[in-house]
Amino acid sequence: MSYQFDFSALLPYWPVFLQGVWLTLKLSALATVFGFVVGTLCAIARADGPPWLKTVVAIYVETIRNTPLLVQIFLVYFGFASLGLKVTANTAAVAALVVNVGAYTCEIVRAGLESIHKSQLEAAECLGLTRTQTYWHVIVRPAIERVYPALTSQYVLLMLASSITSQISAEELTAVANRIQSDTFRSFETYIVTGALYIVLSFVVRAAFTLFGLVIFPRRRKLGTAI
Amino acid sequence: MSAVVSLSNVHKSFGAVQVLRGVSFEVGPGEVVAVIGASGSGKSTALRCINALETVDSGEITVCGHKVHDPALDRRALRRDVGIVFQSYNLFPHLTVAQNIMLAPTCVKDMGKAEARKLAESVLARVGLSEKADNYPEQLSGGQQQRVAIARSLAMQPKLMLFDEVTSALDPQLTGEVLRVMEDLARGGMSMILVTHEMAFARKVASKVIFMHQGKVWETGPGAMLDDPQTQELREFLHNGL
Ligand SMILES: Nc1ncnc2c1ncn2[C@@H]1O[C@H](COP(=O)(O)OP(=O)(O)OP(=O)(O)O)[C@@H](O)[C@H]1O
Ligand SMILES: [Mg+2]
Repeated sequence: MSYQFDFSALLPYWPVFLQGVWLTLKLSALATVFGFVVGTLCAIARADGPPWLKTVVAIYVETIRNTPLLVQIFLVYFGFASLGLKVTANTAAVAALVVNVGAYTCEIVRAGLESIHKSQLEAAECLGLTRTQTYWHVIVRPAIERVYPALTSQYVLLMLASSITSQISAEELTAVANRIQSDTFRSFETYIVTGALYIVLSFVVRAAFTLFGLVIFPRRRKLGTAI
Repeated sequence: MSAVVSLSNVHKSFGAVQVLRGVSFEVGPGEVVAVIGASGSGKSTALRCINALETVDSGEITVCGHKVHDPALDRRALRRDVGIVFQSYNLFPHLTVAQNIMLAPTCVKDMGKAEARKLAESVLARVGLSEKADNYPEQLSGGQQQRVAIARSLAMQPKLMLFDEVTSALDPQLTGEVLRVMEDLARGGMSMILVTHEMAFARKVASKVIFMHQGKVWETGPGAMLDDPQTQELREFLHNGL
């Protein structure tokens, strides 16, 4: 136990760390938004689509849930390259994270959709709503409200998992940390700081989701209970 | 004036179970028809067929000019004319009372938000719940929720209202407040079919009572029929205090 901590070597790198934080936020925000859209559409397709589409979605979801994220990232990254598409590491990273979190979102949202009782659909149908209107107002909205806490956890995990995209040199916090430690040779300190920054990021992301939830779900705001 | 609803020799089976075995009856404009009968006699199924929630196997159903038995039926057009209220209210839990009521007028009739809100307030006043507009369903009692469900249907200005045991889940005390709303509707000239176990209410409000037994209209007559049943089956049914 003779390790001499020296955080002072990292002081000049503060702006670089912050830059990394910002990049991670950006990366995960993009992946969250697109992953949510992909996942929700997949959930709807799997619940109510034609049989062939249900199968396609089921294969997609099971494939993603049974392969490591890092392998998925490599597949997307080198897949783009072998298709002759020139994409940056960051684009590939976002694409891979969307593919990944889309599958998990699909499962979560599907559970939500299944929790909506058939009698709700009948009520909407009897009021003359179209299928699309029913889907949006009576199924998807309350379903998402119901699974929102699970989605929040999933997207916090996504933000943490995005550190793996440093493996294809995407620009984010872990990649930045890798550079800093090779510049300063203070590896332990660098990753202590990095870990602390991820903790802060987790809190921030969670808080942002909570606030957003209060804005978009007035019922939760007013009653403070789960639907 | 022609009938609002007419069923003629309607048959409906679920698999091997024959639920409706040749049901025929008519509901005239402004008429209140009470459907009574033992559990499993096909009352709910008949109502659901009238509203095209189930498709009939054979026979004809005409509702406000819509040929309900026709495979080419425009269901949404039918549902503009028919409101239905279920035993389990089926309010949308994530929407306030007012939003529950405004949803269909804004979606189906393209009504503006402000106008829909006014409409919601006026139907809520009719069911005596003006002060609950901005509450959520779970904040209301069962009777209040059921009255909101009625108001939600009324907002679409239906020509016919169907009620399927709307008070069966309620305490006697709450039953009264829902029945009063239905009685007001009846007095206002609404054509109604109500499946009910409330015999006193049927006797008082119904212009016609239909007793269903084993998938058939077994006996039919004015409310007074309940005091003087003609068939053994109705006598037994009334005697068993259902
Ligand atoms: N979707 C369905 N699938 C299969 N069988 C059904 C279905 N709906 C109703 N049934 C059967 O049809 C019969 C009549 O049901 P229905 O609900 O019309 O009776 P009811 O007169 O309304 O009874 P209750 O007073 O209990 O509500 C019952 O035997 C029931 O099990
Ligand atoms: Mg029934």
